[in-house]
Amino acid sequence: MNREIAVVAFAQTDHRRTSEELSEVEMLMPVLHEVLAQTGLKTADIGFTCSGSSDYLAGRAFSFTLALDGVGAWPPISESHVEMDGAWALYEAWTKLLTGDADTALVYSYGKSSPGPLRDVLTRQLDPYYVAPLWPDSVALAALQAQALIDAGDTDEPALAAVAARSRTDASANSHAQLRGSVPHGGYVVRPLRTGDCPPIGDGAAAVILAAGERARELCDRPAWIRGIDHRIEAHSLGVRDLTDSPSARLAAERAGAFERPVDTAELHAAFTSQEIVLRKALKLDDGVRVNPSGGALAANPVMAAGLIRIGEAAARVHRGESDRALAHATSGPCLQQNLVAVLEGDPR
Amino acid sequence: MPEVLKAPLVVEFPFTRSVGPVQSAFLTGLRERVVLGVRTSDGRTLVPPVEYDPVTAEELRDLVEVAPTGTVTTWAWNHAPRRDQPLDTPFAWALVRLDGADTALLHALDAPGPDAVHTGMRVRVRWAGERTGAITDIACFEPYDDSPKDSGPDDGSSAEPAHHTGRFEDPITGIVAAARLDYTYSPGRAQTAYINALAERRNVGERCPSCRKVYVPPRGACPTCGVATLEQVEVGPSGTVTTFCIVNIKAKNLDIEVPYVYAHIALDGADLALHARIGGIPYDQVRMGLRVEPVWTQGSRFPDHYRPTGEPDADYDTYRELL
Repeated sequence: MNREIAVVAFAQTDHRRTSEELSEVEMLMPVLHEVLAQTGLKTADIGFTCSGSSDYLAGRAFSFTLALDGVGAWPPISESHVEMDGAWALYEAWTKLLTGDADTALVYSYGKSSPGPLRDVLTRQLDPYYVAPLWPDSVALAALQAQALIDAGDTDEPALAAVAARSRTDASANSHAQLRGSVPHGGYVVRPLRTGDCPPIGDGAAAVILAAGERARELCDRPAWIRGIDHRIEAHSLGVRDLTDSPSARLAAERAGAFERPVDTAELHAAFTSQEIVLRKALKLDDGVRVNPSGGALAANPVMAAGLIRIGEAAARVHRGESDRALAHATSGPCLQQNLVAVLEGDPR
Repeated sequence: MPEVLKAPLVVEFPFTRSVGPVQSAFLTGLRERVVLGVRTSDGRTLVPPVEYDPVTAEELRDLVEVAPTGTVTTWAWNHAPRRDQPLDTPFAWALVRLDGADTALLHALDAPGPDAVHTGMRVRVRWAGERTGAITDIACFEPYDDSPKDSGPDDGSSAEPAHHTGRFEDPITGIVAAARLDYTYSPGRAQTAYINALAERRNVGERCPSCRKVYVPPRGACPTCGVATLEQVEVGPSGTVTTFCIVNIKAKNLDIEVPYVYAHIALDGADLALHARIGGIPYDQVRMGLRVEPVWTQGSRFPDHYRPTGEPDADYDTYRELL
């Protein structure tokens, strides 16, 4: 079945260093209500619900089941969950809508990083035999990639600082962002990455609503049609990969149709400045493309939601008429191990 | 609003993992100060070795021995080591391509400072004093100036790594991947209010503004309507047993005689049953409809158990909706 599917609504929390006064469901609920209100839909109208989160952030098993309280799962709903960024939950929902089993889908994701030591928590996703016992933290692994880029002549520290400055300046216009405006570039966290090259650690949530065909036009003045979406993964062993390149991002973009025509906007899930260097090259984005007008993950990086937010931000620009063809990217794993690319378009004006 | 509660939460897990033939050979080799790689069909040598080719997914079993010396392919200076990392003094993370290998191994590099490290520098393995068959049998790498006095496989000049059977005495078959993560847990607004009220020996629920149901314990949201529950409602203290089970297995670190009864209790005024232990009555006399009240022990922040109030049993119709 060939169905047109669009993002018709997007909402996100204000992203903050801590939201300890709120449980996960208390943090999530307002964005669920907001996307429903944008479309006028009620929970009972939604055909499929899919979420993304990680128990390792909260340190508790099956934490997503409690977050479901915010959805209103009675009468029973059709629901699924991925232990990944919400961008992958969106992929599952998109697939569900493609089958024709549902016309609308609610996708949400959230991450509360504040309770635990995030840099250490993320080491638990690494190869448990050869790598995880060494506890290389998320900044250290990104720093290895940054040094490889510097050695290859792809970037240098001033260029990385410029990426950081541009992102945080752009974030000035994003009231949800955690870091906005001028941010000191700071000292080394793990050299060659400085504070300014790293994303803020924070809590946040996001939600989108997808709809198929005419239903999308009923729910949104200018739906952001998903023209293609694909995700790819590379070998888990860092020493096998060329860290200066992202063949999986390039392949996902190709399969999503990103290279068929130029895009005007790209929302990249580049949590570290160095990752934007890799992605710009892999995704063939020239200076004419507006990259991360939201400020990107350098301005707010709620783990498990930041990728979904990239799709939401790209879609929102299409909704507002600020973009006609946008690329959205999400990543997971160390050094851009897994990459998802979606291409969103508005109807011709 | 009073401050939310916070408490330390430690998650520790000693994952016991089995290893396959290639990982077993590699990790046992480390214990014996031998570094093994695996050959792919296109002639590359992967170190650390894997059981399946990362490109073709072809099964790999052809083990070779590579040198304990190598070259840094990229690095990052870690001036503030974190708990459980290989060294507790500042060090470099490095990807090291060992002599004879085509891929790089991640480990720590012990060097005096970032100025002493560069991509392309020569390093060698520093073995741990006690080795158990784990990646940490390599304590770290250290700078190595390739003095020609070390000939043989160490000098990096040997063309092809030598075949190795991968067989050792007493091979390891698994690892224990111990982990510990420290959290500061906060239950959020609704549950903080509930727990604080319990400390005052009150049971406080929250009412859904939409369906009017009262939830105890409250979690801040009505799971039926998906909206925030904000109106506090005092419930209990007494309630009715809606259903129960008899526990015959003694829990570790729990000083309760078995058998005992664990029950769902609908507190008066609540629309959801909470669960608690029933005491003060022989286990085989507990029944649906039994009226119970909480028993607070000295200094406790929550009821230790519930006991019969002595009232007549509740009529089934008064709690059938709460089953």
